[in-house]
Amino acid sequence: MIRTIAKRLLALVPMLFVVSFVVYSLVLLVPGDPAVTLAGDNPTAEQIAETRVRLGLDDSILVQYGRWVSNAVQGDLGESLYSTQPVSTSVMSRLPTTLSLTFAAIGFALLVAVPAGLLAARRPRGIVDRLTSVGSSIGVALPSFWVGLVLIVIFTIKFDLLPPVGYVGLSDNPLEWLSHIALPAVALGSVAAAETTRQLRGAMVDVLKTDYVRTATAAGIRQRSVILRYALKNAASPVLTVVGLQVTFLLGGSAIVERMFNIPGLGSLAIDAVLSRDLPVIQGVIIVAVIVSVLANLLVDVAYGMLNPKVRV
Amino acid sequence: MAVVPADIAAQTPPSHGGTDQDALPDPGRSRRIGFVGRYCGRPAAVVGLVFLAIAAVIAIFASRVAPFDPAAQNLRLALKGPSGDHWLGTDELGRDVLSRLIFGARVSLLAGFEAVGVGLLLGVPFGLIAGYFGRWSDAVISRVAEGVLSFPPLLLAIAIVGVLGKGITNAMLAIGVVFAPRFLRLVRGSVLAVREETYVEAARSIGCTHRKIVVRHILPNVISPLLIQVMLTVGLAMLSEASLSFLGLGVQPPDASWGAMMGSAYRHVSRQPWQAVYPGLAIVLIVLSCNSVGEGLRASIGRRSERRS
Repeated sequence: MIRTIAKRLLALVPMLFVVSFVVYSLVLLVPGDPAVTLAGDNPTAEQIAETRVRLGLDDSILVQYGRWVSNAVQGDLGESLYSTQPVSTSVMSRLPTTLSLTFAAIGFALLVAVPAGLLAARRPRGIVDRLTSVGSSIGVALPSFWVGLVLIVIFTIKFDLLPPVGYVGLSDNPLEWLSHIALPAVALGSVAAAETTRQLRGAMVDVLKTDYVRTATAAGIRQRSVILRYALKNAASPVLTVVGLQVTFLLGGSAIVERMFNIPGLGSLAIDAVLSRDLPVIQGVIIVAVIVSVLANLLVDVAYGMLNPKVRV
Repeated sequence: MAVVPADIAAQTPPSHGGTDQDALPDPGRSRRIGFVGRYCGRPAAVVGLVFLAIAAVIAIFASRVAPFDPAAQNLRLALKGPSGDHWLGTDELGRDVLSRLIFGARVSLLAGFEAVGVGLLLGVPFGLIAGYFGRWSDAVISRVAEGVLSFPPLLLAIAIVGVLGKGITNAMLAIGVVFAPRFLRLVRGSVLAVREETYVEAARSIGCTHRKIVVRHILPNVISPLLIQVMLTVGLAMLSEASLSFLGLGVQPPDASWGAMMGSAYRHVSRQPWQAVYPGLAIVLIVLSCNSVGEGLRASIGRRSERRS
């Protein structure tokens, strides 16, 4: 297994080079002279020259990229153009917050999707199945910020049950963390819940038609046991793949939810950087988000292999 | 006169001709009716199409339909609830919410199709090249597409807008870039499926140029799956536009967009919570309609493909 994981990690290296080049190439998209644009509003000649030197813009793009990537593999993603704080420090200090939000959203999605998918698959085209189908169709069309707004109105303004904004670390106070993360996690995870419900329902309907399920039912095993002990394990494989893909989407979607609920994560750092055109910070956030999403998908593949021995990772 | 069985004639792409349609019971017509019949058999898809058509008409004739100028401010009427004059109330600057919602439909629909247009412009040619020529061009293009697909989509769009500058055009460009690999992979896969077909080989053997083979013989076979993907992606593009406008990176004031209206509603949520309901519902309904139409097309066209094979 370790050898397989090592092989997969090695296979990621060329892709990460492509990704890092795309990320670094963002500097080419800056309209006009990047040094002028990135030096802030109404920059002086001195500020423009300083920005040019700091970003090494006098060199060719390949030299700039080579320098950036060789520093990046050593953990140095440059400095913010405005706070002069190392980008890697800012990014790594906010990563745990975004990860906790992302995993809380996935937790919510699974909490909704597993029972809904199982109930819907028990009687295809039945009333529960139809309701679930309508619900998941609506769910995938819901913008996370609208769900967030509705939740704020209901749980904060109307009933004053949960705090509207802010964040408390999981290690600081787990209960406070839960009360602060609940609304953002539901807002962020609603689309993932709908998507996962669809997948689980589809996979479960297929598995419940198989011979071994029919044999287990004929042998007198209770339906609950057949579903939970035999069918769910096989139906879980495609669902895991969807969950892995959702991590990528949730990492992107977290930007908007973090901004809404004033959570100091990677997404809100990215938006602050975008508003001030702090290119090194934008590049740092993106590359770290891609690495996290790629690693999450690798973990999913490993779990997939463990769940289904017929599949070699 | 060549006598060709109807099922074989149906498999022959129209661009190749070569069959005498007069000898057959007009299979094209029965296919068309079949497609419409199958599509109409899905109520959700029909409702979605009707809703999209209504939204499109409202968007086109926004200036005639809207009761007020969407940018006209009246601070004395700021944040008022629904009334006889202002059916959906007013926003923080006293602007009519219904009028802004109507003009917002224009922005949202246009933004969705613009972004998909950018995605198609980037994805289709590269998908055709990767699928048709294969080898190193396929390897390079596919690796780049995989690289772009590994980015969290909204984060990449935010980054591109951040670099290019705020505004709806740049936002749509960014979303188009993010969605381009979806079209690229779809087209590449479809081309791979038809590349070795006999009619492509025949075209090659009579000396057709690569461009002619790709444009006249391969591209028509890619249109159906592409159309389905376009409809499914338009909804996502509208959601992405709304997200960027909500963050203040898309449509800029005083222009109206549903995402920007949500952003303004969020700032005044404690005073007028209802303001967020209308643009939110509009976004949900339009995305739901696009998805329903896409699913309807997939089911209707898909079944025809299944029957053919």
